[in-house]
Amino acid sequence: METPERTVMERMEQGTAPPPDAEIPAAHTFEVKNLSIWYGEKRAIDNVTMDVASNAVTAIIGPSGCGKSTFLRALNRMHELTPKTRMDGTVLLHGDDLYSKTIDPAIVRRRVGMIFQKSNPFPTMTIGENVVIGLRLNGVRNQRFLNERLEKSLRMAALWDEVKDDLHKPGTSLSGGQQQRLCIARALAVEPEVVLMDEPCSALDPIATAKIEELIHELKAKYTIVTVTHNMQQAGRISDYTAFMYLGRLIEFGPTTKIFTNPTEKQTEDYITGRFG
Amino acid sequence: MHLSRARSHTWRKIKSALASGIAFVSAVLVITPLGLVFFHLVINGASSLNWDFFTKLPAPVGAVGGGMVNAIVGSLELLALAGIIGIPIGVLGGVYLAEYGSARLNSVLRFLADVLNGVPSITWGVVVYGLVVLRFKSFSAYAGGLALGLIMIPLILRTTEEVVLLVPNGYREAALALGVSRWKTIVHIVMKTASKGIITGILLALARIGGETAPLLFTAFGNHFWNHSLSQPIAALPLQIFTYAISPYDDWHRQAWAGALVLVTGIFCVNVIVRILTRGRTASVV
Repeated sequence: METPERTVMERMEQGTAPPPDAEIPAAHTFEVKNLSIWYGEKRAIDNVTMDVASNAVTAIIGPSGCGKSTFLRALNRMHELTPKTRMDGTVLLHGDDLYSKTIDPAIVRRRVGMIFQKSNPFPTMTIGENVVIGLRLNGVRNQRFLNERLEKSLRMAALWDEVKDDLHKPGTSLSGGQQQRLCIARALAVEPEVVLMDEPCSALDPIATAKIEELIHELKAKYTIVTVTHNMQQAGRISDYTAFMYLGRLIEFGPTTKIFTNPTEKQTEDYITGRFG
Repeated sequence: MHLSRARSHTWRKIKSALASGIAFVSAVLVITPLGLVFFHLVINGASSLNWDFFTKLPAPVGAVGGGMVNAIVGSLELLALAGIIGIPIGVLGGVYLAEYGSARLNSVLRFLADVLNGVPSITWGVVVYGLVVLRFKSFSAYAGGLALGLIMIPLILRTTEEVVLLVPNGYREAALALGVSRWKTIVHIVMKTASKGIITGILLALARIGGETAPLLFTAFGNHFWNHSLSQPIAALPLQIFTYAISPYDDWHRQAWAGALVLVTGIFCVNVIVRILTRGRTASVV
């Protein structure tokens, strides 16, 4: 098990140089090769190959049911919670095979955090407890370390100033947008390498959405972010790379500016211009 | 035309009034027995409720006075024994049904639990008599506690399963996505979120078995004195009420009424606690 004291900075030194808007990224966080996923007999993901750039925001767009959420969940093995799933292909995280037989899914998820569509702070816990629960349940006892990490995570999630005097209040007492940022702080507290976001703003009003988008922009300095979104304007605003999926297949993947201004595939163009989906 | 519409309107009003009248009467009929029971208990039992009742052992036959302290304490001991057996098995079984297992196995287990819930309580007494009392050649508190505990298991199992299933999946996913292991997620997140509901189920099960007499008849057996060892027969409030009520002595009859009043009040209190616990539950937790 990795020691919690290992910092983001150390991990960044080992890995990556952020390549904003570069055509060919210098480093990949994920290398996905020939990934297929079945739910029972239904094939949700069909032979997807894709490299996710480090310290960048990658948006996955596509119509409902195109497999974008499944693809996202396959990046930290959350899709395995659905019964009767089967997968084929490989997913490498910084070169480590996430689906190797010897690896515990819990370890994968500690390295690859996730934010959900509906904010889900634990209702039995205070704001403070919510943030550090991941560390606590992973065995961290040192109260000073927990307090430091609590403040650091809330600051990174741009929530510290709003809640610093209310850490003992229930997490569910916050507004929807604050709850979502609390969930982001909770995910950051365990210091993942990647943050996956499954339509993180779809339940929020425009102001709360703007705050989360700004936050995503700040977070990519330290984290690799993969987000699923229904909102094409949002994908255009926040992402460096965009992947368009349709019927379980990856139709087109490239820098966001190219996908939105000059897509190669007809289907991508049709979807982006609103002709279907 | 106009007139007939007015008439049908009146008729509709009458029907509506009739229906709500019948519903009201039914509701009153449902509550009446409770009122009657409590009324009778207070009339007949309150006069015998005194300090002696809660502090003294039963008086010898023929002597007036005495109390039921041994039965009250015995009931509490039996509830504790039953809880030690019934609560962990019931809660863990309920969690298993809700969180693990295959759909087919679970539906079989669920069905069996429902069947067990319907088994007449005296049957449990007979089973434990055969399994424990005959083997150790003695009625005992252990046997009584086991019989009551067995009754608790399916009750708690089903309520626990239901409240655990009510915990939204988002909380499980949130915890698992933090790299928390499955069992820690279940214990620290799911069960904690459902804890009020689980405790409610436990309290209701305790209230239910607190008034059971039949399973104790040939397990705990009853005792007119203090129980000094759990492997010996032990007194219980419902048993004592039963013994006193069928006795030919007026003084014992009065004490039986008093015992019944204490028992009903105790169960009533447990139900009030449950109401307090579950207040506002829908809003935040489960």
